[in-house]
Amino acid sequence: MTQDPAIEIRDLHKSYGAIEVLKGVSMTAYPGDVVAVIGGSGSGKSTMLRCINMLEKPSSGRIAIQGEAYEMRQLGTNAMEPASPKQVQRIRSQLGMVFQNFNLWPHRTVLQNVIEVPIHVLGVPKEQAVARGRDVLARVGLAEKEDVYPAFMSGGQQQRAAIARVLAVDPLAMLFDEPTSALDPELVGEVLSVIRDLAAEKRTMVLVTHEMAFARDVASHVIYLRDGRIEEEGPPEQIFGDPQSPNLQQFIRSVA
Amino acid sequence: MLQSIDLSLLAFNPPGWGGALLNGFVKSIQLAAGGYAIGILIGILGASAKLYGNRVVKDLAEIYTMVIRAVPELVLMLVFYYAGTDLMNTVLKAMGYDGFDVNGLLAGILVIGLVQGGYTTEVIRGAILAVPPGQIEAAAAFGMSPGKVMRRVTLPAMTPHALPGMANLWMIATKDTALLAVIGFSELTLVTKQAAAATREYFMFFIAAGILYLILTLGSNVILRRFERHARRGMVPVQR
Repeated sequence: MTQDPAIEIRDLHKSYGAIEVLKGVSMTAYPGDVVAVIGGSGSGKSTMLRCINMLEKPSSGRIAIQGEAYEMRQLGTNAMEPASPKQVQRIRSQLGMVFQNFNLWPHRTVLQNVIEVPIHVLGVPKEQAVARGRDVLARVGLAEKEDVYPAFMSGGQQQRAAIARVLAVDPLAMLFDEPTSALDPELVGEVLSVIRDLAAEKRTMVLVTHEMAFARDVASHVIYLRDGRIEEEGPPEQIFGDPQSPNLQQFIRSVA
Repeated sequence: MLQSIDLSLLAFNPPGWGGALLNGFVKSIQLAAGGYAIGILIGILGASAKLYGNRVVKDLAEIYTMVIRAVPELVLMLVFYYAGTDLMNTVLKAMGYDGFDVNGLLAGILVIGLVQGGYTTEVIRGAILAVPPGQIEAAAAFGMSPGKVMRRVTLPAMTPHALPGMANLWMIATKDTALLAVIGFSELTLVTKQAAAATREYFMFFIAAGILYLILTLGSNVILRRFERHARRGMVPVQR
Protein backbone atom coordinates (compact mmCIF):
# COMPACT_ATOMS: atom_id res chain seq x y z
CA MET A 1 0.00 0.00 0.00
CA THR A 2 1.54 3.33 -1.03
CA GLN A 3 -0.90 5.30 1.10
CA ASP A 4 0.46 6.90 4.28
CA PRO A 5 -0.90 5.40 7.48
CA ALA A 6 -3.37 7.70 9.27
CA ILE A 7 -1.55 6.95 12.51
CA GLU A 8 1.83 5.36 12.90
CA ILE A 9 3.51 4.65 16.22
CA ARG A 10 7.04 3.24 16.31
CA ASP A 11 8.73 1.92 19.44
CA LEU A 12 6.93 4.23 21.82
CA HIS A 13 8.28 4.45 25.36
CA LYS A 14 6.83 6.48 28.19
CA SER A 15 8.10 6.77 31.73
CA TYR A 16 6.86 8.69 34.71
CA GLY A 17 10.01 9.04 36.76
CA ALA A 18 11.34 5.56 37.35
CA ILE A 19 8.10 3.86 36.33
CA GLU A 20 7.97 2.82 32.69
CA VAL A 21 4.35 2.52 31.58
CA LEU A 22 5.01 1.96 27.87
CA LYS A 23 7.94 -0.27 26.96
CA GLY A 24 8.20 -0.07 23.21
CA VAL A 25 4.81 -0.09 21.50
CA SER A 26 4.21 0.09 17.75
CA MET A 27 0.96 0.45 15.88
CA THR A 28 -0.17 1.32 12.38
CA ALA A 29 -3.66 2.42 11.46
CA TYR A 30 -4.46 2.96 7.79
CA PRO A 31 -7.39 5.12 6.75
CA GLY A 32 -10.59 3.24 7.51
CA ASP A 33 -9.00 1.01 10.14
CA VAL A 34 -10.69 0.62 13.50
CA VAL A 35 -8.05 -0.36 16.05
CA ALA A 36 -9.32 -1.49 19.43
CA VAL A 37 -6.87 -1.38 22.32
CA ILE A 38 -7.74 -3.66 25.21
CA GLY A 39 -5.97 -4.58 28.41
CA GLY A 40 -6.23 -4.44 32.17
CA SER A 41 -6.06 -1.26 34.17
CA GLY A 42 -2.53 0.10 34.32
CA SER A 43 -1.58 -1.67 31.09
CA GLY A 44 -0.78 1.68 29.44
CA LYS A 45 -3.60 1.74 26.91
CA SER A 46 -4.85 5.25 27.74
CA THR A 47 -1.29 6.57 27.88
CA MET A 48 -0.64 5.16 24.44
CA LEU A 49 -3.79 6.81 23.07
CA ARG A 50 -2.94 10.15 24.67
CA CYS A 51 0.54 10.11 23.13
CA ILE A 52 -1.06 10.13 19.67
CA ASN A 53 -2.19 13.74 20.17
CA MET A 54 0.65 14.66 22.53
CA LEU A 55 -1.53 15.02 25.62
CA GLU A 56 1.23 12.82 27.02
CA LYS A 57 4.80 13.45 25.90
CA PRO A 58 6.55 10.23 24.82
CA SER A 59 9.91 9.46 26.40
CA SER A 60 11.16 8.06 23.13
CA GLY A 61 9.82 6.72 19.88
CA ARG A 62 8.22 8.18 16.79
CA ILE A 63 4.61 9.13 16.09
CA ALA A 64 3.38 10.23 12.68
CA ILE A 65 -0.06 11.38 11.61
CA GLN A 66 -0.82 11.00 7.90
CA GLY A 67 2.91 10.65 7.26
CA GLU A 68 3.88 13.74 9.26
CA ALA A 69 6.00 12.90 12.30
CA TYR A 70 5.96 15.08 15.39
CA GLU A 71 9.24 16.96 15.62
CA MET A 72 10.62 16.18 19.04
CA ARG A 73 13.41 17.67 21.08
CA GLN A 74 15.45 15.60 23.50
CA LEU A 75 15.25 16.59 27.18
CA GLY A 76 17.99 14.83 29.08
CA THR A 77 18.39 11.10 28.52
CA ASN A 78 14.86 9.81 28.95
CA ALA A 79 12.41 12.54 28.00
CA MET A 80 11.31 14.47 24.95
CA GLU A 81 9.06 17.41 24.24
CA PRO A 82 7.52 18.61 20.99
CA ALA A 83 9.90 21.02 19.27
CA SER A 84 7.09 22.98 17.64
CA PRO A 85 3.91 23.82 19.58
CA LYS A 86 2.47 25.16 16.32
CA GLN A 87 2.92 21.78 14.63
CA VAL A 88 1.30 20.04 17.59
CA GLN A 89 -1.69 22.41 17.40
CA ARG A 90 -2.03 21.85 13.66
CA ILE A 91 -1.91 18.05 13.95
CA ARG A 92 -4.26 18.06 16.94
CA SER A 93 -6.81 20.07 14.97
CA GLN A 94 -6.98 17.14 12.53
CA LEU A 95 -7.57 14.57 15.25
CA GLY A 96 -10.65 14.33 17.40
CA MET A 97 -10.70 12.90 20.88
CA VAL A 98 -13.63 11.56 22.86
CA PHE A 99 -12.94 11.39 26.59
CA GLN A 100 -14.19 9.11 29.31
CA ASN A 101 -15.71 12.09 31.16
CA PHE A 102 -17.08 13.80 28.01
CA ASN A 103 -15.32 17.09 28.87
CA LEU A 104 -17.85 19.26 27.10
CA TRP A 105 -17.47 22.95 27.83
CA PRO A 106 -20.10 23.68 30.49
CA HIS A 107 -20.62 27.36 29.68
CA ARG A 108 -21.62 26.64 26.10
CA THR A 109 -24.76 25.01 24.73
CA VAL A 110 -24.51 21.76 22.81
CA LEU A 111 -24.47 23.55 19.47
CA GLN A 112 -21.92 26.09 20.74
CA ASN A 113 -19.72 23.21 21.86
CA VAL A 114 -19.96 21.64 18.44
CA ILE A 115 -19.16 24.79 16.42
CA GLU A 116 -16.41 26.06 18.76
CA VAL A 117 -13.46 24.30 17.16
CA PRO A 118 -14.56 24.72 13.52
CA ILE A 119 -14.97 28.48 14.03
CA HIS A 120 -12.16 29.29 16.43
CA VAL A 121 -9.49 26.80 15.40
CA LEU A 122 -10.23 25.88 11.80
CA GLY A 123 -11.59 29.28 10.72
CA VAL A 124 -14.84 27.98 9.20
CA PRO A 125 -17.39 30.77 8.62
CA LYS A 126 -20.09 30.78 11.28
CA GLU A 127 -23.15 29.95 9.10
CA GLN A 128 -21.29 27.03 7.57
CA ALA A 129 -20.18 25.76 10.99
CA VAL A 130 -23.72 26.03 12.35
CA ALA A 131 -25.18 24.17 9.37
CA ARG A 132 -22.64 21.37 9.74
CA GLY A 133 -23.08 21.43 13.53
CA ARG A 134 -26.83 20.83 13.19
CA ASP A 135 -26.07 18.09 10.72
CA VAL A 136 -23.76 16.16 13.03
CA LEU A 137 -26.08 16.69 16.02
CA ALA A 138 -28.88 15.13 14.00
CA ARG A 139 -26.62 12.18 13.21
CA VAL A 140 -26.03 11.44 16.90
CA GLY A 141 -29.73 11.93 17.66
CA LEU A 142 -29.45 15.28 19.44
CA ALA A 143 -31.12 17.61 16.94
CA GLU A 144 -33.61 18.61 19.62
CA LYS A 145 -30.93 19.44 22.17
CA GLU A 146 -28.84 22.10 20.45
CA ASP A 147 -29.73 24.89 22.90
CA VAL A 148 -29.34 22.80 26.04
CA TYR A 149 -26.33 23.17 28.33
CA PRO A 150 -24.40 19.90 28.82
CA ALA A 151 -25.02 19.66 32.57
CA PHE A 152 -28.74 19.33 31.89
CA MET A 153 -28.36 16.17 29.81
CA SER A 154 -27.78 12.50 30.65
CA GLY A 155 -24.31 11.01 30.42
CA GLY A 156 -25.21 9.20 27.22
CA GLN A 157 -26.45 12.41 25.62
CA GLN A 158 -23.34 14.27 26.75
CA GLN A 159 -21.09 11.62 25.26
CA ARG A 160 -23.03 11.70 21.99
CA ALA A 161 -22.63 15.49 21.96
CA ALA A 162 -18.90 15.00 22.54
CA ILE A 163 -18.81 12.65 19.55
CA ALA A 164 -20.68 15.26 17.49
CA ARG A 165 -18.08 17.83 18.55
CA VAL A 166 -15.42 15.55 17.06
CA LEU A 167 -17.42 14.84 13.88
CA ALA A 168 -17.80 18.58 13.32
CA VAL A 169 -14.08 18.91 12.62
CA ASP A 170 -14.18 15.97 10.19
CA PRO A 171 -10.96 14.53 11.63
CA LEU A 172 -8.39 12.30 9.93
CA ALA A 173 -8.80 9.94 12.85
CA MET A 174 -10.91 9.71 15.97
CA LEU A 175 -9.45 8.75 19.34
CA PHE A 176 -11.79 7.21 21.91
CA ASP A 177 -10.56 6.99 25.49
CA GLU A 178 -12.90 4.53 27.24
CA PRO A 179 -15.97 6.38 25.94
CA THR A 180 -18.51 4.32 27.87
CA SER A 181 -16.68 3.74 31.17
CA ALA A 182 -18.32 6.66 32.98
CA LEU A 183 -21.84 5.81 31.82
CA ASP A 184 -24.68 4.09 33.60
CA PRO A 185 -25.14 0.63 32.09
CA GLU A 186 -28.45 1.47 30.43
CA LEU A 187 -26.83 4.42 28.58
CA VAL A 188 -23.90 2.49 27.13
CA GLY A 189 -25.88 1.13 24.21
CA GLU A 190 -26.85 4.48 22.70
CA VAL A 191 -23.21 5.62 22.63
CA LEU A 192 -21.91 2.34 21.23
CA SER A 193 -24.48 2.40 18.45
CA VAL A 194 -23.28 5.87 17.37
CA ILE A 195 -19.67 4.65 17.33
CA ARG A 196 -20.73 1.54 15.43
CA ASP A 197 -22.30 3.71 12.71
CA LEU A 198 -19.08 5.69 12.40
CA ALA A 199 -17.04 2.53 12.09
CA ALA A 200 -19.41 1.30 9.39
CA GLU A 201 -18.74 4.39 7.31
CA LYS A 202 -15.02 3.64 7.40
CA ARG A 203 -13.81 6.34 9.72
CA THR A 204 -10.34 5.80 11.11
CA MET A 205 -10.50 5.16 14.84
CA VAL A 206 -8.40 4.10 17.74
CA LEU A 207 -10.62 2.86 20.51
CA VAL A 208 -9.54 2.15 24.06
CA THR A 209 -12.38 0.15 25.54
CA HIS A 210 -13.54 -2.37 28.10
CA GLU A 211 -16.48 -3.42 25.93
CA MET A 212 -15.12 -6.68 24.55
CA ALA A 213 -18.21 -7.70 22.60
CA PHE A 214 -18.23 -4.30 20.99
CA ALA A 215 -14.51 -4.41 20.16
CA ARG A 216 -15.01 -7.80 18.56
CA ASP A 217 -17.87 -6.38 16.51
CA VAL A 218 -16.45 -3.15 15.13
CA ALA A 219 -12.65 -3.48 15.24
CA SER A 220 -10.59 -4.38 12.20
CA HIS A 221 -7.57 -4.93 14.42
CA VAL A 222 -7.24 -5.61 18.14
CA ILE A 223 -4.22 -4.88 20.32
CA TYR A 224 -3.87 -6.51 23.73
CA LEU A 225 -1.61 -4.43 25.96
CA ARG A 226 -0.17 -5.86 29.12
CA ASP A 227 2.29 -4.15 31.40
CA GLY A 228 3.32 -1.59 28.77
CA ARG A 229 3.90 -4.08 25.95
CA ILE A 230 1.78 -5.46 23.13
CA GLU A 231 1.39 -9.04 24.20
CA GLU A 232 -0.82 -10.10 21.33
CA GLU A 233 -2.52 -8.47 18.36
CA GLY A 234 -4.50 -9.49 15.33
CA PRO A 235 -7.95 -9.52 13.77
CA PRO A 236 -10.77 -9.69 16.33
CA GLU A 237 -11.82 -13.23 15.40
CA GLN A 238 -8.34 -14.44 16.26
CA ILE A 239 -7.86 -12.37 19.44
CA PHE A 240 -11.22 -13.26 20.89
CA GLY A 241 -11.76 -16.64 19.23
CA ASP A 242 -8.32 -18.15 19.50
CA PRO A 243 -6.17 -16.18 21.95
CA GLN A 244 -2.62 -17.55 22.23
CA SER A 245 -1.10 -16.00 25.35
CA PRO A 246 -2.31 -17.33 28.70
CA ASN A 247 -2.62 -13.77 29.99
CA LEU A 248 -4.96 -12.78 27.17
CA GLN A 249 -6.97 -15.98 27.63
CA GLN A 250 -7.37 -15.13 31.28
CA PHE A 251 -8.14 -11.47 30.55
CA ILE A 252 -10.90 -12.38 28.13
CA ARG A 253 -12.37 -14.86 30.58
CA SER A 254 -12.29 -12.27 33.37
CA VAL A 255 -14.14 -9.54 31.48
CA ALA A 256 -16.57 -11.74 29.56
CA MET B 1 -30.88 66.88 68.27
CA LEU B 2 -32.96 65.80 65.31
CA GLN B 3 -34.94 69.02 65.17
CA SER B 4 -31.70 70.92 64.77
CA ILE B 5 -30.90 69.15 61.45
CA ASP B 6 -30.88 71.65 58.63
CA LEU B 7 -31.47 69.70 55.43
CA SER B 8 -30.82 72.79 53.34
CA LEU B 9 -27.14 72.10 53.98
CA LEU B 10 -27.57 69.12 51.65
CA ALA B 11 -28.76 71.36 48.80
CA PHE B 12 -27.06 70.76 45.53
CA ASN B 13 -25.58 74.26 45.14
CA PRO B 14 -23.41 76.16 47.64
CA PRO B 15 -23.83 76.98 50.39
CA GLY B 16 -25.37 73.47 50.36
CA TRP B 17 -22.83 70.61 50.26
CA GLY B 18 -24.94 68.13 48.28
CA GLY B 19 -23.13 68.74 44.99
CA ALA B 20 -19.73 68.31 46.61
CA LEU B 21 -20.87 65.10 48.29
CA LEU B 22 -22.19 63.65 45.03
CA ASN B 23 -18.99 64.69 43.32
CA GLY B 24 -17.02 62.79 45.96
CA PHE B 25 -19.35 59.83 45.54
CA VAL B 26 -18.72 59.74 41.79
CA LYS B 27 -14.96 59.94 42.44
CA SER B 28 -15.25 57.04 44.87
CA ILE B 29 -17.06 54.94 42.25
CA GLN B 30 -14.47 55.83 39.62
CA LEU B 31 -11.67 54.83 41.99
CA ALA B 32 -13.35 51.57 42.92
CA ALA B 33 -14.26 50.64 39.34
CA GLY B 34 -10.85 51.54 37.93
CA GLY B 35 -8.99 49.81 40.73
CA TYR B 36 -11.21 46.75 40.47
CA ALA B 37 -10.62 46.50 36.70
CA ILE B 38 -6.86 46.77 37.15
CA GLY B 39 -7.10 44.24 39.96
CA ILE B 40 -8.81 41.77 37.59
CA LEU B 41 -6.10 42.26 34.96
CA ILE B 42 -3.38 41.71 37.56
CA GLY B 43 -5.35 38.79 38.98
CA ILE B 44 -5.58 36.97 35.64
CA LEU B 45 -1.88 37.51 35.01
CA GLY B 46 -0.96 36.58 38.58
CA ALA B 47 -3.09 33.42 38.60
CA SER B 48 -1.68 32.35 35.20
CA ALA B 49 1.83 33.02 36.49
CA LYS B 50 1.26 30.93 39.61
CA LEU B 51 -0.42 28.06 37.76
CA TYR B 52 1.42 27.92 34.46
CA GLY B 53 4.57 30.04 34.89
CA ASN B 54 8.18 28.92 35.18
CA ARG B 55 10.05 29.05 38.48
CA VAL B 56 10.99 32.74 38.29
CA VAL B 57 7.54 33.96 37.29
CA LYS B 58 5.90 31.76 39.93
CA ASP B 59 8.16 33.12 42.67
CA LEU B 60 7.57 36.72 41.61
CA ALA B 61 3.80 36.23 41.75
CA GLU B 62 4.17 34.50 45.11
CA ILE B 63 6.15 37.40 46.56
CA TYR B 64 3.65 39.92 45.20
CA THR B 65 0.60 38.26 46.74
CA MET B 66 2.41 37.61 49.98
CA VAL B 67 3.47 41.23 50.43
CA ILE B 68 0.07 42.60 49.42
CA ARG B 69 -1.80 40.35 51.76
CA ALA B 70 0.63 40.72 54.66
CA VAL B 71 0.82 44.53 54.83
CA PRO B 72 -2.15 46.66 55.98
CA GLU B 73 -3.87 48.28 53.04
CA LEU B 74 -3.45 51.77 54.44
CA VAL B 75 0.30 51.28 54.67
CA LEU B 76 0.41 49.88 51.12
CA MET B 77 -1.50 52.91 49.86
CA LEU B 78 0.83 55.32 51.58
CA VAL B 79 3.84 53.45 50.23
CA PHE B 80 2.52 53.20 46.68
CA TYR B 81 1.27 56.77 46.62
CA TYR B 82 4.16 58.66 48.16
CA ALA B 83 7.07 56.34 47.47
CA GLY B 84 5.68 55.37 44.08
CA THR B 85 5.26 58.88 42.75
CA ASP B 86 8.58 59.91 44.29
CA LEU B 87 10.33 57.05 42.58
CA MET B 88 8.67 57.84 39.26
CA ASN B 89 9.71 61.48 39.43
CA THR B 90 13.28 60.54 40.33
CA VAL B 91 13.47 58.11 37.42
CA LEU B 92 11.97 60.65 35.02
CA LYS B 93 14.40 63.35 36.14
CA ALA B 94 17.33 60.96 35.78
CA MET B 95 16.17 60.32 32.21
CA GLY B 96 16.18 64.07 31.59
CA TYR B 97 12.42 64.67 31.72
CA ASP B 98 10.74 67.17 33.98
CA GLY B 99 9.08 65.80 37.03
CA PHE B 100 5.30 65.89 36.82
CA ASP B 101 2.34 66.27 39.07
CA VAL B 102 0.69 62.94 39.54
CA ASN B 103 -2.87 62.82 38.35
CA GLY B 104 -4.63 62.09 41.62
CA LEU B 105 -7.38 59.92 40.17
CA LEU B 106 -4.99 57.82 38.11
CA ALA B 107 -2.63 57.35 41.04
CA GLY B 108 -5.54 56.41 43.31
CA ILE B 109 -6.82 53.86 40.78
CA LEU B 110 -3.37 52.32 40.42
CA VAL B 111 -2.92 52.13 44.18
CA ILE B 112 -6.27 50.38 44.70
CA GLY B 113 -5.64 48.16 41.68
CA LEU B 114 -2.28 47.01 43.01
CA VAL B 115 -3.83 46.08 46.35
CA GLN B 116 -6.86 44.39 44.76
CA GLY B 117 -4.63 42.46 42.36
CA GLY B 118 -3.05 40.55 45.21
CA TYR B 119 -6.39 39.25 46.42
CA THR B 120 -7.86 38.80 42.93
CA THR B 121 -4.88 36.59 41.98
CA GLU B 122 -5.81 34.16 44.72
CA VAL B 123 -9.54 34.20 43.96
CA ILE B 124 -8.94 33.49 40.26
CA ARG B 125 -6.26 30.88 40.97
CA GLY B 126 -8.69 29.00 43.17
CA ALA B 127 -11.47 29.31 40.61
CA ILE B 128 -9.28 27.95 37.80
CA LEU B 129 -8.33 25.00 40.00
CA ALA B 130 -12.06 24.31 40.48
CA VAL B 131 -12.53 23.78 36.71
CA PRO B 132 -12.27 20.06 35.87
CA PRO B 133 -8.87 19.81 34.12
CA GLY B 134 -10.38 17.64 31.40
CA GLN B 135 -12.36 20.58 30.04
CA ILE B 136 -9.17 22.57 29.56
CA GLU B 137 -7.38 19.52 28.21
CA ALA B 138 -10.17 18.95 25.69
CA ALA B 139 -9.63 22.44 24.28
CA ALA B 140 -5.91 21.78 23.92
CA ALA B 141 -6.63 18.38 22.34
CA PHE B 142 -8.61 20.11 19.58
CA GLY B 143 -5.58 22.25 18.68
CA MET B 144 -6.48 25.49 20.42
CA SER B 145 -3.50 27.73 21.15
CA PRO B 146 -2.79 28.32 24.86
CA GLY B 147 -4.07 31.91 24.59
CA LYS B 148 -7.34 30.75 23.03
CA VAL B 149 -7.75 27.99 25.59
CA MET B 150 -7.45 30.66 28.29
CA ARG B 151 -9.87 33.09 26.63
CA ARG B 152 -12.48 30.70 25.28
CA VAL B 153 -12.51 27.97 27.91
CA THR B 154 -10.54 28.50 31.12
CA LEU B 155 -11.72 32.04 31.92
CA PRO B 156 -15.44 31.56 31.18
CA ALA B 157 -15.46 28.14 32.87
CA MET B 158 -13.83 29.49 36.02
CA THR B 159 -16.06 32.59 36.24
CA PRO B 160 -18.92 30.99 38.21
CA HIS B 161 -16.40 29.73 40.77
CA ALA B 162 -14.74 33.15 41.01
CA LEU B 163 -17.86 35.29 41.28
CA PRO B 164 -18.67 35.01 45.00
CA GLY B 165 -15.10 35.94 45.88
CA MET B 166 -14.99 38.63 43.21
CA ALA B 167 -18.23 40.15 44.52
CA ASN B 168 -16.61 40.39 47.93
CA LEU B 169 -13.60 42.11 46.41
CA TRP B 170 -15.82 44.67 44.67
CA MET B 171 -17.45 45.54 47.99
CA ILE B 172 -14.02 45.86 49.57
CA ALA B 173 -12.85 48.03 46.68
CA THR B 174 -15.74 50.46 47.16
CA LYS B 175 -14.83 50.85 50.81
CA ASP B 176 -11.05 50.93 50.29
CA THR B 177 -11.57 54.17 48.40
CA ALA B 178 -12.22 55.82 51.78
CA LEU B 179 -8.63 55.05 52.80
CA LEU B 180 -7.49 57.45 50.09
CA ALA B 181 -8.90 60.28 52.21
CA VAL B 182 -5.66 59.98 54.15
CA ILE B 183 -3.61 61.04 51.15
CA GLY B 184 -5.93 63.96 50.50
CA PHE B 185 -7.95 62.53 47.67
CA SER B 186 -11.38 64.19 47.48
CA GLU B 187 -13.48 61.07 47.51
CA LEU B 188 -16.72 60.76 49.46
CA THR B 189 -15.26 60.31 52.94
CA LEU B 190 -12.88 63.27 52.78
CA VAL B 191 -15.54 65.57 51.31
CA THR B 192 -17.94 64.45 54.02
CA LYS B 193 -15.40 65.22 56.68
CA GLN B 194 -14.81 68.67 55.22
CA ALA B 195 -18.53 69.41 55.00
CA ALA B 196 -19.10 68.20 58.53
CA ALA B 197 -16.22 70.22 59.92
CA ALA B 198 -17.28 73.40 58.12
CA THR B 199 -20.89 73.18 59.31
CA ARG B 200 -20.42 71.29 62.59
CA GLU B 201 -23.16 68.93 61.36
CA TYR B 202 -21.15 65.72 61.79
CA PHE B 203 -24.15 63.48 62.37
CA MET B 204 -26.09 64.55 59.32
CA PHE B 205 -23.22 64.46 56.86
CA PHE B 206 -21.83 61.10 57.93
CA ILE B 207 -25.33 59.61 57.85
CA ALA B 208 -25.73 61.04 54.34
CA ALA B 209 -22.40 59.52 53.29
CA GLY B 210 -23.41 56.22 54.87
CA ILE B 211 -26.61 56.23 52.83
CA LEU B 212 -24.64 56.87 49.64
CA TYR B 213 -22.30 53.93 50.39
CA LEU B 214 -25.37 51.79 51.12
CA ILE B 215 -26.96 52.76 47.79
CA LEU B 216 -23.76 51.74 46.03
CA THR B 217 -23.74 48.39 47.79
CA LEU B 218 -27.41 47.66 47.07
CA GLY B 219 -27.03 48.67 43.42
CA SER B 220 -23.92 46.51 43.12
CA ASN B 221 -25.77 43.56 44.57
CA VAL B 222 -28.40 43.73 41.85
CA ILE B 223 -25.78 43.81 39.10
CA LEU B 224 -23.61 41.13 40.68
CA ARG B 225 -26.56 38.80 41.07
CA ARG B 226 -27.33 39.24 37.38
CA PHE B 227 -23.69 38.48 36.52
CA GLU B 228 -23.78 35.37 38.63
CA ARG B 229 -26.96 34.12 37.03
CA HIS B 230 -25.36 34.56 33.60
CA ALA B 231 -22.07 32.92 34.64
CA ARG B 232 -23.91 29.94 36.11
CA ARG B 233 -26.13 29.46 33.04
CA GLY B 234 -24.57 26.09 32.27
CA MET B 235 -24.79 24.78 35.82
CA VAL B 236 -27.59 22.79 37.35
CA PRO B 237 -29.18 24.92 40.11
CA VAL B 238 -28.51 23.74 43.64
CA GLN B 239 -31.54 21.86 44.95
CA ARG B 240 -32.96 23.13 48.19
